[in-house]
Amino acid sequence: MTIETTTHTAVSHGAVTEPSSATVKFLARDVNVFYADKQALFGVNLDVLRHQVTALIGPSGCGKSTFIRCLNRMNDIIPICRVTGTILLDENDIYDSNIDVVYLRARVGMVFQKPNPFPKSIFENIAYGPRIHGIAMQKTDLEEIVVTSLEKAGLFAEVKDRLYEPGTSLSGGQQQRLCIARAIAVEPEVILMDEPCSALDPIATAKIEELIDELRANYTIVIVTHNMQQAARVSQRTAFFHLGYLVECNATEQIFTNPEDKRTQDYITGRFG
Amino acid sequence: MSDTVVSERSGMTNIAVRKKTSAEAVRSSLKKRYAAEKRFKAYGVSALLFAFLMLLILFSTIIGNGYSAFVQTALRLDVTLDAATLDPEGTRKPETLGRADYGGLIKKTLRDMFPEVTSRQDKRKLYGLVSLLGATGNLRDLVLNDPSKVGQTVGVWVPASDDADMLIKGHISRDVPENARRVSNREIAWLDKLAAADRLETRFNTRFFTGGDSREPELAGIWGATVGSFLMLTVTLLLSFPLGVASAVYLEEFAPKNKWTQLVEVNINNLAAVPSIVFGLLGLAVLLNFFGMPRSAPLVGGIVLALMTLPTVIIAGRAALTSVPPSIREAALGVGASKVQTVFHHVLPLAMPGVMTGSIIGMARALGETAPLLMIGMVAFIVDIPRGFTDPATALPVQVFLWADSPERAFVEKTSAAIIVLLAFLVTMNALAVWLRQKFERRW
Repeated sequence: MTIETTTHTAVSHGAVTEPSSATVKFLARDVNVFYADKQALFGVNLDVLRHQVTALIGPSGCGKSTFIRCLNRMNDIIPICRVTGTILLDENDIYDSNIDVVYLRARVGMVFQKPNPFPKSIFENIAYGPRIHGIAMQKTDLEEIVVTSLEKAGLFAEVKDRLYEPGTSLSGGQQQRLCIARAIAVEPEVILMDEPCSALDPIATAKIEELIDELRANYTIVIVTHNMQQAARVSQRTAFFHLGYLVECNATEQIFTNPEDKRTQDYITGRFG
Repeated sequence: MSDTVVSERSGMTNIAVRKKTSAEAVRSSLKKRYAAEKRFKAYGVSALLFAFLMLLILFSTIIGNGYSAFVQTALRLDVTLDAATLDPEGTRKPETLGRADYGGLIKKTLRDMFPEVTSRQDKRKLYGLVSLLGATGNLRDLVLNDPSKVGQTVGVWVPASDDADMLIKGHISRDVPENARRVSNREIAWLDKLAAADRLETRFNTRFFTGGDSREPELAGIWGATVGSFLMLTVTLLLSFPLGVASAVYLEEFAPKNKWTQLVEVNINNLAAVPSIVFGLLGLAVLLNFFGMPRSAPLVGGIVLALMTLPTVIIAGRAALTSVPPSIREAALGVGASKVQTVFHHVLPLAMPGVMTGSIIGMARALGETAPLLMIGMVAFIVDIPRGFTDPATALPVQVFLWADSPERAFVEKTSAAIIVLLAFLVTMNALAVWLRQKFERRW
């Protein structure tokens, strides 16, 4: 797929708008992240817009995964990790002491690089979230959630006859869609995806990308990807990270056709990274 | 300019030369490397064979010595249950029947069977063929179960004495000159006569598996020690499993990684290396002397062994928890599970096979432990089968120790038999650990 057609897709969705407080879902200002004494992110200012796909690109070790993990405070589980600055979700600081991290993660779901279904049945994988949050306790309600989530993740047709088989028995691509279904099941507002396709083959990747595009209608999506074509295909806005700095964040078509920064230009044309 | 060209060319030739030599070097070293590999394999195989041979020797010795303890020689006596001796008042009350002189009846029966024995010394030897304690017990049980038998003549099988048993089993050789043999020629003649009259039989030794300890080897059983061990291990399991798992979960999943937790970690490893007798001394000083807990009780033994096994359980538990991939934790946290939910819904269930394997191996170690039990009085001679956690009891390995210490020849086979029973339990527990690991092991 060429960049031109991608641009068309983005335009045809008509989703590229300038940030304003009504459309901003996440607002990050001056975010610094330290692993012990080593600083991994330097003063990142980034807006994630509602009902859009924001792609984070950049060479390995540039801090894009670190940044996405700040958005649902997944970095909390790393003891040596320290985050400064402000990140607002709907104008509430998620690092504020009165924010409950469990509640935050229920609102901001996450899909990881390697498919990581629980070693339980497909049904249990999806029903787990709603059950612990008390969204649904009845078996029938849970079944409904499981079916809708699987349908939204485009997996229902493939697994409807084996809902009680272990989730780990699925193929890699199916496992990743199961993980997406699991994230959807708790009805989050934002879905973070940390290189969701890096462990998948092209066909599975295409399915996931299609799915991301469909999910955009109901969710705000942030996706980290190594694959620039993927960023061009699925996202409306793209942020380019380099060596811990956010170099440029703009509409995807502009990043890929007319980047402002020389480093972005070099990266997307394959001169480094 | 020309200089660089020359140097480049010479560089190239250098590389070419080096390549040739390295290929040759590889070829010439190959033989040496293969030889080294073969040698190493040979070392490994021979080490394995040596270990296997030693194991074989160990097992064949123990089983060879011990299997004869599972059978026992019994004598058939036709005892006349004389009403005048057993129940002079004719009330047939159990108290009277229970206290009656059965020993006298047996002695009389033996005297009647061998009327030619007259001198006191010979009579005593004659009585020595039978385990008097065992025989009176058998007879008393028979009468108490069915008082109507009083007055009749009944044929009862009674256990032979340990010396007679040893002779029949061939552990006392008939070829040894009489003055060096524990059984005299005359006793052998009596036994042969009994055998000829079909009054002598080797039968399965039920008493060994159902009885408690005894000073008489032919009556000594392993059941008391088995029950003691079982009660003790129950206490150990109930204490060390929850405490160990809780500690492992806290240290691995919740505790901050700082100097204090590091100190705790180091000391857990140290505790795992503390000689077990030290835990026995601790039990003696703290549990018995300070808290005044009962001596020789499975409760105390269990607590001491739990302290001894705790480090093993914690270390195994932590290893099992670490081996659960972090992606599972992330997955659970990612859907909004709290830390505790993540651990108890996902991490701990996945780590359970490893935790259980570690605990069972710890339990197996506790089952085979002797030294700490010596310090808290579980080395006592206890005849009764313990019926509770505070009853005096002994344990299987201590029973082995006690019997190995006894001078009677018949205790040699009992010792080996007790070792067989102990090993059977250990092998079963280890097999259970392997089975659990294979059954519940999950891949992700």
